[in-house]
Amino acid sequence: MTSRKSVLVLGGSSDIGRAAARAFAKAGYDAGLAGRDVAALEPDAADLRARYNVDVGLYKFDVLDTATFESFVNGLPALPDVVISIVGLLGMQQNAESDLAHATAIMRSNYEGPSLILGLFAEKFLGRGSGTLVGVSSVAGDRGRASNYVYGSAKAGFSAFLSGLRARASRGGVHVVTVKPGFVRTKMTDGMKLIGPLTVEAPVVGDAILRAVENKTDVVYVSGKWRLVMLIIKTLPEAVFKKLKF
Amino acid sequence: MTLVSGWGRFPVVDSDVLRPRSFAAVGEAVSAGTVARGNGRAYGDAAIGAVRTVTMTGFDRVRSFDPATGRIRLEAGVLLSDLIDTFGPRGFLPFVVPGTRFVSIGGAIAADVHGKNHHCEGGFGRYVDSLLLRTGQGEVIEASREQNSDAFFASVGGMGLTGIILEATMRLRRVETGWIRERVISASDLDAAMRALEAGDAATYSVAWIDCAARGRDLGRSLIYLGEHAGRGELAEGVDAFPVGKESRLSVPVDLPSMALNRTSVRAFNELYYRMGARRAGGSHVVSLYPYFFPLDSVGEWNRIYGKRGFLQHQCVIPQAGARAVLGDILDRVARRGDASFLAVLKKLGQGDGILSFPLPGYTLALDFPVKGDILNFLDEIDRLVVAAGGRLYLAKDARQSRATFAAGYPAVPRFNAIRKSLDPAGNIRSKLSQRLFDEV
Repeated sequence: MTSRKSVLVLGGSSDIGRAAARAFAKAGYDAGLAGRDVAALEPDAADLRARYNVDVGLYKFDVLDTATFESFVNGLPALPDVVISIVGLLGMQQNAESDLAHATAIMRSNYEGPSLILGLFAEKFLGRGSGTLVGVSSVAGDRGRASNYVYGSAKAGFSAFLSGLRARASRGGVHVVTVKPGFVRTKMTDGMKLIGPLTVEAPVVGDAILRAVENKTDVVYVSGKWRLVMLIIKTLPEAVFKKLKF
Repeated sequence: MTLVSGWGRFPVVDSDVLRPRSFAAVGEAVSAGTVARGNGRAYGDAAIGAVRTVTMTGFDRVRSFDPATGRIRLEAGVLLSDLIDTFGPRGFLPFVVPGTRFVSIGGAIAADVHGKNHHCEGGFGRYVDSLLLRTGQGEVIEASREQNSDAFFASVGGMGLTGIILEATMRLRRVETGWIRERVISASDLDAAMRALEAGDAATYSVAWIDCAARGRDLGRSLIYLGEHAGRGELAEGVDAFPVGKESRLSVPVDLPSMALNRTSVRAFNELYYRMGARRAGGSHVVSLYPYFFPLDSVGEWNRIYGKRGFLQHQCVIPQAGARAVLGDILDRVARRGDASFLAVLKKLGQGDGILSFPLPGYTLALDFPVKGDILNFLDEIDRLVVAAGGRLYLAKDARQSRATFAAGYPAVPRFNAIRKSLDPAGNIRSKLSQRLFDEV
């Protein structure tokens, strides 16, 4: 089945990862799912095979274990056409304010790991002269807010990395997509109070990622409303912004 | 605690809502007063736990599919819409679909939902081969017609009261296309409508829309929709074998004021609808399965047109023998009252499959009413007619029937409760509906 296109999803067991894998498999892509617990990915692999009759491979990948990244990339049976990084850690802002280990985990899971692994794939893709990299960042990276700036700052770093990588890679035939989902009803947000009209279901994000890859979009706000909301948040003067509690 | 309601948005009650992500977590979630919930399309209080409600929509994986036999194993939270969108283009559809595709597999089994083909092909449960059930006492069992058959037949149509359905194996129908050849027949009154439905027995799909605002000589005037799966040769050139299921473009963004639906607006709508349908009557044409099976799904959140106080759907089935007289009586009372909606459906049913399945050979009539005024008393009167004729009410729609009406309509309840007790001696699995109708007080 080498003639078919292929996608590799890093963070394949997350709700957005599962949704993205389904969207691509539905469009005829063979899929690779990568995550910390390969056995836990097995039901999702079976799901993709049963639904869409595609080939699915499973790979062990730990975003904090950067020492293994090179062997991970080199160990893949084939270089995929599309790599999507969905890994991340929301964490607990309040804990991260005093617990350095927790803050470090948030920063590394959202910035260091995703940037390094996509950077490695970028080198391979540039060598081949084709490929698409997708980084799922966050609207939280658009401006650091009191309620989640540890997470937000890591996502800001990731967004900046993707932006620079895009500018460089576009000259070599490689496209980079930044996705900013906004509120998504997932495991990560279970129990959080989400604002209904600004919240989407994971499959909507999966479809948006597929569309962005096919249309070579640069930056995707999954819901257009978020682009407006973040524009307002970004343009508030700091003197006003710092008085806001959200 | 969270305020929860069904699709009818009445009643609104307190229940703890959990969204487990693993079967182990489902097990941990079950405690005294728990019931499973699918996509929340039961109208009343069936999918609300007495204390705790376990939402199963996170379990949406297909476990396996065999294209040679059409046999599929699924997690209970897979929606029929997902199943249709995924396997339709591969030439497979569910054998039975209810009037909305936004129901979960687990919910469809628990309500043993019926479709427009019940008169000849039976209900949803008939195509379920087995199911994985987590009982109230914590066992996980596979139940089928051969193995744990009591649990199987109690779970099909058992309103979730035998435990939590985790997975199911079912058969899909092989189809050449996702199109339906539809024939519309106009019937000027109830007798004509029932004759047309009797004559439609040979059709795979048949259903009648009744203008319940029509009175006197026009009482029971209807449009009858017959349907068959269309073959590839019946499609115009260039038409895809499988139509695209569109996202609903229309949606009801807010609760309409309760006066939006009144005698005048409903009469005007029904008059227009009947005339337009009557004009199409006679010939046949090919339509997409989506508008044929799921006309209301094209309007998102249509339940809001009844206003904030919600609405009640009254769906009864009347045994064949006495059906004509009772249906005439009910329709006459409804027409004189004047506040039933434009959503009145008449359809023939066959034998049910589960111990508590709703269908029995006869006619089912479904009517919607906004919650206001003396509607509860009025429906109690209708129930007396139903019970006297040996009929009963559909639990998936019910929010208000009395214990007496229920007991009269479902004589198999003692047997059902005995099986329930053997699966769940402590009585952990209880819904607001079971508290209202089944459980010892």
